[in-house]
Formats: sequence, C-alpha cells, structure tokens
Amino acid sequence: MIETKNTVIRNGRLIDPTQGTDTQGDLYLAGGKIVGIGSAPAGFVAELDIDASGLVVAPGLVDLCARLREPGNEYKATLQSEMAASVAGGVTSIVCPPDTDPPLDEPGLVMNLRQRARKHDLARLYPVGALTVGLKGREITEMALLREAGCVAFSQGDVPIADLQVLYRAMQYAATFGFELRLRPEEASLVNDGVAHDGDYASRLGLTGIPVIAETIAIAQIVQLMRATGCKVHIARLSSGAGIELVREAKREGLPLSCDVAINHIHLADVDIGYFDSQYRFDPPLRSLRDRDAIVAGLNDGTIDAICSDHSPVDDDGKLLPFAEAERGATGLELLLPLTLAWAERNRIALPAALAKISSVPAAKIGFSADLQVGSRADLVVFDPNEAWTVTREALRSQGKNTPFAGMEVKGRARYTFVKGKCVFAL
Amino acid sequence: MYNPQLNAQGELIHLLTTEGLPKRILTQILDRAAEYVAAGEAGNKKFATLAGRSVFNLFFENSTRTRTTFEIAAKRLSADVTSLNIQASSTVKGETLLDTIHNLEAMGADLFVVRHAQSGAAHLIAQHVQPGIAVVNAGDGRHAHPTQALLDMYTIRHFKGDFTKLRVAIVGDILHSRVARSDIHALTTLGCPEVRVIGPKTLIPTGMESLGAHVYHDMAEGLKDVDVVIMLRLQNERMSGAFLPSTHEFFKYYGLTPEKLALAKPDAIVMHPGPMNRGVEIDSAVADGAQAVILPQVTFGIAVRTAVMAIVSENQRGRGAQA
Repeated sequence: MIETKNTVIRNGRLIDPTQGTDTQGDLYLAGGKIVGIGSAPAGFVAELDIDASGLVVAPGLVDLCARLREPGNEYKATLQSEMAASVAGGVTSIVCPPDTDPPLDEPGLVMNLRQRARKHDLARLYPVGALTVGLKGREITEMALLREAGCVAFSQGDVPIADLQVLYRAMQYAATFGFELRLRPEEASLVNDGVAHDGDYASRLGLTGIPVIAETIAIAQIVQLMRATGCKVHIARLSSGAGIELVREAKREGLPLSCDVAINHIHLADVDIGYFDSQYRFDPPLRSLRDRDAIVAGLNDGTIDAICSDHSPVDDDGKLLPFAEAERGATGLELLLPLTLAWAERNRIALPAALAKISSVPAAKIGFSADLQVGSRADLVVFDPNEAWTVTREALRSQGKNTPFAGMEVKGRARYTFVKGKCVFAL
Repeated sequence: MYNPQLNAQGELIHLLTTEGLPKRILTQILDRAAEYVAAGEAGNKKFATLAGRSVFNLFFENSTRTRTTFEIAAKRLSADVTSLNIQASSTVKGETLLDTIHNLEAMGADLFVVRHAQSGAAHLIAQHVQPGIAVVNAGDGRHAHPTQALLDMYTIRHFKGDFTKLRVAIVGDILHSRVARSDIHALTTLGCPEVRVIGPKTLIPTGMESLGAHVYHDMAEGLKDVDVVIMLRLQNERMSGAFLPSTHEFFKYYGLTPEKLALAKPDAIVMHPGPMNRGVEIDSAVADGAQAVILPQVTFGIAVRTAVMAIVSENQRGRGAQA
C-alpha cells in the first residue's frame, strides 16, 4: 500500500457529477484534499505521479447498501475482506445496514464498528442505525444518541415493521430531529413464504409468489405516514413498476422522498431464474421484464435517485440449496461500477449523470459532496471505462463469490482508488 | 435452451419435469410402458434391466403410494432398492440435501428417485450428481410430478386414444399442485387442443394462461363437453391460510358429483392421482362409478415408472454398454 503523498493525476478525463462536467486535465492532491485542478498550487511537489491518459478520474463511489457481515457473520465476510473489495470496486464510502448480529441498535456497537473500520483504513464506513431495538419492530432505538455515534440514517434492514403504530411513532420521533429513515417497502403479511415474483414464471416453477402489492401497499402506507409526520424517507431497493409510479407521484407532490434500486434489478428479471438457479434469489425478488424496464425508465427520468450494490456476501453452502431455502443476495461492491456503466451505455446516459447515481447523489444523502473541487475530500476512483474483464471467483476480492454475473464479461474497472488522498488500491 | 434432462444426443438421462420434453420422448416412455403392461398381462413381471444396480428412493416428504410403486417398479427391473424416509426441513440444521446425496453416491447409487417438499430439489440434485447417475423426480414442491403426469397420459391414451381431439379439465387446488403443472405440460406437448383448469381464484396460480390452460371458476361451465376430468386432492391445510372457508363449501362448488359429471361428455373418464378425499373433492358415487379409471391409473403407474427407470438407466450407461 502506498502512503499518503502529494499526488498528481495527469491528463485524466475529469468527471464531476455535481457539475455534470467532463473535461481533460490534471488533478493535484495533498493532505487528503484536492488542492488543484488543471494547474498545481504554488510550491506543489509531487511525490506520486499517475498518468491517467485514457482513464476517467471521478469522485469515489458511494454505496448506499452494502453488508459487510460484521459483527456476527464473520464466516461469510469480514470488514477486512469487504473493505478490500470495496476499494477494488472504486467504492470509497460504504453505507451499511443495521442487520448485523447483534443489530446496530446501541451507540456502543456503532462506535465499535466504526473504530474497527478505521483501523483497516480503506473505505469510509457509514453505519445506518437500527430503527427499533433488535430490529424487532416494537421499541424505537436511541436515535439521537446513535446519530452522535455516527449513524447517518435509521432503518429496519430487511425486516419490515409489522405494527403501523410503531412505524408512525418512529417517523414522528425521527422527524423531531430531522433524521432520515431508510425503509424497504414490503408488507410482510403479503410476502409470507414467498420466494419469487408472483407471475407466470414462478407459477411455472411452482415457487411461492411475492405479489407486487406487497411493495405498493407498503409504499402507500409510508407515503401516508410521511404526510402525517413530515419525516424524510429514502425508499430502499424498489422492485416494481407500480412501486416506482407511486414514488413518482409522491415526489411530484413534493414529499421529502428519495429512492434507490439495487444494481441486480436493473439487469435481471424473474425469467433469469432458469432452472431454479439460486444465484437469482434476491430480496426484493427479481420481478417481470416489464418491471425491469420500468426500473430502467425510472432511472433514466430521475425518479430513481441512486443505485446501490446491495452487496450481500453469501458462502457456497448458502447457495447450494433448493431455491426457496437458499440465502438471498449476491456480492456487489466490485460490480457496482461496471454494471452501472452497462446501464448508462445501453441507455445513452452521459457518464457524469450515470456516475451521479453511484457517487454524488448518495453522498448528498450522507451529507457530503462527492465532487472534484479544490478543497473537497480526495476520495477518488480512477478507472478505465472500456476495460473488459470477466467476473470470476479469482477476480473478486470479496469473500462472497456468489453472483449471477459470474462468468460474464463486464466493462469498466478501477485502476486506482484514493481515500483521504491516499492511494488505497492500485491494479 | 439447455435442458438438464437430456444428454447431448437428446436422450432422457434424468426425468425432472414434463416441461420441455419433446413429444418423441413422452411417446417413447408411454410405448415402453405399454410393453411392460403387456408383459405383465402375459405373466412376465421380472426383467434383468437393472440387475446389480442400486436404486435409492429418497422421500424427504411423506408418501406411501408413490414410494411403493417406485419400489415395485425397481424390483421388476431387478434393481437393489433402498427406500429412505428423510424427514428433514430447512429449519432443522443438519446434513444438507447435497451432503445426503453425495453420501449415497459413495454407497454406490445408480439411480435416485427423489421426493422433496421444495420446488427445484430434483433439479438441484441432478445438477450435482456424478455423471452416470440418474435422477427421477417423484414430486418436488409445487413444481413437477412427471411420472404421475406420464401415467395420467398413459391412462388417457389407453381409454381415449388420440390426444388431438380431447378436451381435458383439471379441477381443484391448481395452485399447490405439481400434478396439475406436469399434466398441463404433457397434455400440451402431446397435442391436446384444450386444457382447462377449474377452481376458485385463491387456488389458481397467476398466469395460468401462459402455460396454455384455460381458466374456469364455474365448474358447470368448465366441465361442459370435456372428455377427461382430472380431480386433484385437496389438502386439509388449505382451510387455514384463508384459501377456502370449508371442505363443505368446496365440495358444493368444486366437488365432482354425478350431476356435475353429467355435464361432461357421456363417455368422459374421471381420474384422480390419489389418495382421494371422498366427500371433499369427489363423491363416492363418481369415484366408484363406471366412468372412474382411478384404479387402472395405479396399475399403469407401475408400468410407467418401470419404463422411466429403464430408459434413464440405459441412457446413462450409454446404449453401447447395454447387454
């Protein structure tokens, strides 16, 4: 690993998603910050000189949902392995949900996790605190103290609150302090033992269905509660066209609502399950091709604010099971960039706008600006947008090797990743 | 699309589902079964086809009838048969499904007959067994029950002949039925022009039309002029979970009585995969009546399962190795 040095990144394609700019030039880093663009500040002596000809230089990626499995599930992944995967994927800031074991429902747990993350000194870690104690949906957590401990928002992970009274109070309480909730819209009683999108394909395979109304009813409830409480909400991982339409309406009304989608759901649909391939088991489930098209349209028109990796390292034992018993999720930190670029290329989205979905927009949700301005934090990714590579177990640094994209060729790969001005990854 | 049931020559090496099987293979199985039926009638019940081979019946879900008929079929082929009842569930931490399979492989298994409560279990096993070992699906979750469908096809062919002129109705709990799914695929592949499914909306899965079935909620309408009525077993669990209010109401609206059967063609046959719930989905007067072919189904079932085990074993060994 290279220590923090005065660095010049020469002749790169500088993309600032906050400005929508895409220009050629040099970038100067010192003391953990960007200190010059185009020309060196007075007296600058470069200790590290990187030729970025043909490469994109952009703010480091910000992933709104990545599970690092610590604490509690270290056999699946560790902070060490997943933070290494993170910077290899160009992700410099990770937002992790509270669904660890134990859940992040006490300030001490959060401080401990952040401290261990800092020790690895790779990506920055932003924990989301549990909204209810033990994620059990009964008592609300010490949100204000959790915030002081470093939580950027509050969520239930993948465990929806069954009791609307609790959710109502939780939203009132969060609104008191102006905190944002991250809610995954799912009405649990409609999911029941469902494992796949309730449609033709699940019927054919005899898999128990999860109807779209499980998502839309939950969104409708959240929207009503937002009107009643004024609480800010970020809806995590939409899966259906009907759900996106409800979000679109709520945004039009001016509610403080934002949303994201997982990278997998932009590219995959229920039919990809094929013969019960458990690599395609996700929460929320992969829905129909029509829903996938609606997700792409929602991204293109801005209804969907951000894209997350929904990184979930799962070991082989968790996947070598009948579909309904298999663990959900896939590794994603190292695929966020190439799979976002694939969406952008297919839909003719300019690079600054595409990168905004995985850097500046999620960064703004955490409370910083992911840009290329003098004085801004030197969290950067330098990548070749055209470099093709094959997703293999060996190529992935994450301890989770399972992904439906295994064996596929993707384009776009980080060459250098900088966090706080320090080169933490070089290919 | 790659079909895990077929080898590179397009021959059947596992039987996992009737979906995606070409007509020639379905017909091959039915023809082979006919040979076993004829041989049985001639008093010839034992064949050396699987002599020295080990068949494991793995029943992760309770079954008496299907397991017994597979045992009889394997014994007719002179196989060494071991039946295991493995009451396992995902919630019980223990040996995984694939660990069980690999252990039995190490004991020299040649053919697995598998029943499992999870859809796709047989596919998973077929993907992970060593080359040369055949897998026959004896029912996986709600997904498929291909030997039941094949014995149903055998029965229909036996009594009705040509599939291309038939109207077939499948009645009852379609949602939870692997038999219904496998029957629909087999019937459409064999050229049946009209397959109907009849049941209340709570028991009809989403998108049935995409499987090629016409949906009816009114039994009188659905049974009109059909040649074949396939009744499905209604599990008692359906009364919980708000699928149905009562067996009493179900019987009134979807039970097969002589009056409702009179709406079908006069020579219509009545089938049931068993075990029957008399007074729930079928009236005893129908079950024991002249149009019922439920017992012949059982007899044909042994011949069909014999044929399936013989064919997949031969294809796994390669035709050249066949004695």
